[in-house]
Amino acid sequence: MQTPSLNENSHDEFDYQSDKKEYLTCHVENQSFGIPVLQIQDILSQQRVTYVPLAPPEVEGSLNLRGRIVTAVNIRKKLGISPRGQCERSMSIVVEHKDDLYSLTVDSVGEVVSLPNSDFEKNPATLDKSLKSISSGIYRLKSDLLVILDVSNLIESLLVMDGIEQ
Amino acid sequence: MDDLIDEFLAETQESLAELDADIVALEQNPNDNDLISKIFRLVHTIKGTCGFLGLSRLEKVAHHGENVLGRFRDGDLQVTPEYVTLILESFDCIKLIVNGIEETGSEPEGDDSALIAKLDAVYESDGNAPATLDAPAQEAEQDTDSETDVDIQDIENKDAKDITTDDLDALFDADNAKRRADETEDAAPEAADAPEAAAEQPAPPTPPVAQNAAPEKSADKPVQAKEIAKDKPTSNASLRVNVQVLENLMTTVSELVLTRNQLLQILRSQTDSEFAAPLQRLNQVVSELQEGVMQTRMQPIGNAWGKLPRIVRDISVELNKKINLEMRGQETELDRQVLDLIKDPLTHMVRNSGDHGIETPEERLAAGKQEEGTILLNAFHEGGHIIIEISDDGKGLNLERIKQKVAANGLASEEELAEMSDQKIQQYIFHAGLSTAEKVTSVSGRGVGMDVVRTNIEKIGGTIDLKSIEGKGSTFTIKIPLTLAIVSALIVEVQGQRYAMPQISVQELVRTSSNSENCIEDIQGTPVLRLRDRLLPLVNLEDMLQHDNALAVQIDTQDTADHEDAIDEQDEGASDPQSEGENNTDSDVEHESESNVVHLNQDDASDESYIIVAHVGSYSFGIIVDRVFDTEEIVVKPVSPILRHIEIFAGNTILGDGSVIMILDPNGIANMSGEISVSDQGDEIGTAGEHAADVAGQKTSLLVFKAGDGAPKAVPLSLVSRLEEVEVKAIEYSAGSMVVQYRGSLMPLIPFDDTVQLRSEGHQPVLVFADHQRTMGLVVDEIIDIVEERMDVQLMTGNNGLLGSSIIKDTAMDVIDVGHYLGRSNEDWFSNEGQAASNKASLSGQRVLLVDDSPFFRNMLEPMLKIAGYEVVTVEDASMAIELWEKESIFDIIISDIEMPDMNGFEFAQKVKAQGSIWQDVPMIALSAHTSPQDMDLGRQSGFNDYVAKFDRDALLESISQTLSSKHEEVA
Repeated sequence: MQTPSLNENSHDEFDYQSDKKEYLTCHVENQSFGIPVLQIQDILSQQRVTYVPLAPPEVEGSLNLRGRIVTAVNIRKKLGISPRGQCERSMSIVVEHKDDLYSLTVDSVGEVVSLPNSDFEKNPATLDKSLKSISSGIYRLKSDLLVILDVSNLIESLLVMDGIEQ
Repeated sequence: MDDLIDEFLAETQESLAELDADIVALEQNPNDNDLISKIFRLVHTIKGTCGFLGLSRLEKVAHHGENVLGRFRDGDLQVTPEYVTLILESFDCIKLIVNGIEETGSEPEGDDSALIAKLDAVYESDGNAPATLDAPAQEAEQDTDSETDVDIQDIENKDAKDITTDDLDALFDADNAKRRADETEDAAPEAADAPEAAAEQPAPPTPPVAQNAAPEKSADKPVQAKEIAKDKPTSNASLRVNVQVLENLMTTVSELVLTRNQLLQILRSQTDSEFAAPLQRLNQVVSELQEGVMQTRMQPIGNAWGKLPRIVRDISVELNKKINLEMRGQETELDRQVLDLIKDPLTHMVRNSGDHGIETPEERLAAGKQEEGTILLNAFHEGGHIIIEISDDGKGLNLERIKQKVAANGLASEEELAEMSDQKIQQYIFHAGLSTAEKVTSVSGRGVGMDVVRTNIEKIGGTIDLKSIEGKGSTFTIKIPLTLAIVSALIVEVQGQRYAMPQISVQELVRTSSNSENCIEDIQGTPVLRLRDRLLPLVNLEDMLQHDNALAVQIDTQDTADHEDAIDEQDEGASDPQSEGENNTDSDVEHESESNVVHLNQDDASDESYIIVAHVGSYSFGIIVDRVFDTEEIVVKPVSPILRHIEIFAGNTILGDGSVIMILDPNGIANMSGEISVSDQGDEIGTAGEHAADVAGQKTSLLVFKAGDGAPKAVPLSLVSRLEEVEVKAIEYSAGSMVVQYRGSLMPLIPFDDTVQLRSEGHQPVLVFADHQRTMGLVVDEIIDIVEERMDVQLMTGNNGLLGSSIIKDTAMDVIDVGHYLGRSNEDWFSNEGQAASNKASLSGQRVLLVDDSPFFRNMLEPMLKIAGYEVVTVEDASMAIELWEKESIFDIIISDIEMPDMNGFEFAQKVKAQGSIWQDVPMIALSAHTSPQDMDLGRQSGFNDYVAKFDRDALLESISQTLSSKHEEVA
């Protein structure tokens, strides 16, 4: 009787207790993204991925991380950005969602930043839908805007799409 | 309602096991409020549930016990050892009753008034004079002592995963941690307080009964000794270990096995390595460790057979037959989870053998057989599988009868049947709705039959086969993989990607090429293979996987080097003796052998491919793959939820070389390949549905039947008590309506609608609905199938008797409104529900959120609410509901349990009803078995609109409909 749409991580996202939160920044195309550090298990360089036939297009395949099977999700595909050239390297950020591991493939990984809650804002209403569905909000950085990835929603959105396909 | 009782019993047994520990902890720490609340909640749940099920004796005891606990909780009664003893006594009484229900299906006779009087005395006392109850407490204790103590042992035996210390010792040895084993031994004498228990210790620990005998004897001792013995039951011979610990241990060992495989593979590529000897030893130790861990999860199959002699005895008395039940291989061990799943199918099959198989003594004598028939149960190991045979020397399956049934149900035409082999025709008994019992007895027609048996067995990766000779008897053979977690699999390659195929479904391997005698022919594009005398349907795995060429190329370029390496290793691995003897050998088929495997040049392979002949049940088909490597022991891991919808994969695994590969599911492949063998198709779809159901967990079993005009109808299976076939001649008329004598009383029969024609002779299928004492039969034309589907009812109005329609198996089906027919048969069936029914049209389709921590209640209420036309979302605790709240899900009404862990119903309501909450205006109904005026007040203050007793379904429906309509009026 589990309702699949529930997520366990949503509490972490809005932790107003402390006034700062730490994020790992990463880049896809020209956009910077942030992922809450506490949700990250690992950062991997390019891995050998086993292609899974019939999987949703965003799913690159499965890989082995120290004996656990990780499902690789390509953020570019998820956002509808065209794939990069063959020779360009990518990075993977491994996150856990409901006891399963997922690796999010991004172009490059930046640094860990500690950001004050006061700089956090909700998604602008006009934000592109594909981005809005996987983002929990935006940080105003000095030079840049950092889109915070909502890992639960991201993974769940892949589940929902399965439902429609069926 | 049998299932409900079973579920209740399981839940209660679990609670009781927890309660024992908790209450003792409470005695040591009387001010632990959390603990008191927890105990209170558990007892409360028991009480509420048995109220629902009409178990009045149990309810009474639980109720009075709860009263006392309630005073502990409110803090106006101190927790003292005397009171704890009293509470324990009431738990013992509950256990006694629960065990009685489990054994006989109804509450045992007995008088609890002494106990209740004592509980009441405490409940009403001012809390300062505990001493007064000492004397009666002791007295009553002695009365029940001997009985209850045995029961406690029983319960603990059932609930705990009993592990013999031998197993654990073996583990520790393998781990080279002898020291710890010594500690266990040190602890043992200490635990064995009773001298008898100590004497038991050297005895072989395998039969659990023997171990339990020791503490049982100690029950003769005075009351104090009993308390001690209860604390340390059976600890000399077995330990209770949390299942989670075992699971983790299993996972760790699985990893170890993988790493070992990896090392061995490296070793193979090095001819002369100094690691060879230590690795060999490691290999051995790991194997032993793996075996040891497996053993901790194993239970002798005899445990699942315990109830069978009784069942067989009952059948023989009831049907005047002479039946001898013989059981062999009781000590054969099975994974506990597997055991649980096959228990019911086994019982069903033995019952079938006794009822349908064995003839009456007269018939047997006439047929030249012994008067006494024999049912033989035999369990044994065979090549990595466990085989369970259920055979009888009765009359065997009646082929003609099956043919008639099959033809009548439209499953196959008579021409088709004429061409089928006997074996194939017999397989039809695994179809839903095909009971071949000529007579409706109280034994046959129970539940739904062999199709469920088969589904259950396939769920655990097993298969079931049937051999029957008319006049001689039948043999059912169940084949179950030894363990679910580690299986041997054949590694195959398609388009440069490797996949694992479970060895259990591989029959043989065939190599084909255009110039060999085994070549693939095609019929209008459909590939087939002439295999000996048969035409084997083929499935091209490459087509089925729809390999996205672009992506495949990309991956190839990415790690060509890696991949070729891997293949090299694999090929060398193929010469491993492991791969030998795995495949059947057949004279005229060219078989897979080491020399055939190695052909690294891809061009060579262009016209050469391999066919895996796989079987799913009795259906065989070939799967075309590019290459075949060796077999490997693989650890099956479930696939990620976002890939779980792909039905041709049963899981994934990590190979020795560290790469991830997908495990193919032959059932899924057979299913996806479309039109397969007539006899199997229906079941395959059912199986696939089963898989999906595991994932979604939200599916409902629906019974599909035909009645009235053409369109198939469906009804949730949980509402149907039984399926019967009533002899048309037995139908009588009373006061203008049809009735039939059923189990000693008259059951009204309601035709589904006016167009349902009673058959002129023979049997009429009837769905029996029962509630409390009342039963009613719904007369239908034909029972078609049982499917598992998400029930998504599109409502319609105006048509009495139909709730609406739902898409089931890609077909629109009408979902019937059982309530409508119940109302027609008994005016007062839903005496409270008149209001609800009249509002139904406008209120149906409302979204209801049901919050309840008891799976029993969720399962019970969800179909009921759905039937009443509501859209139901269930969650198991308040925090999950709060998450929905945060996600801004919209509901029209919330029904919440009060007694829940972490956040109780009152706190939940306060949170929901807080200022500015998006659910601020959503009405809430509290559901609790605790309906004292104070509680109701507290409920109102917390924001509940209504407070309903948990076991009153009618009142709940009434309350929902009233609350919703008053909300509507407000809005209007």
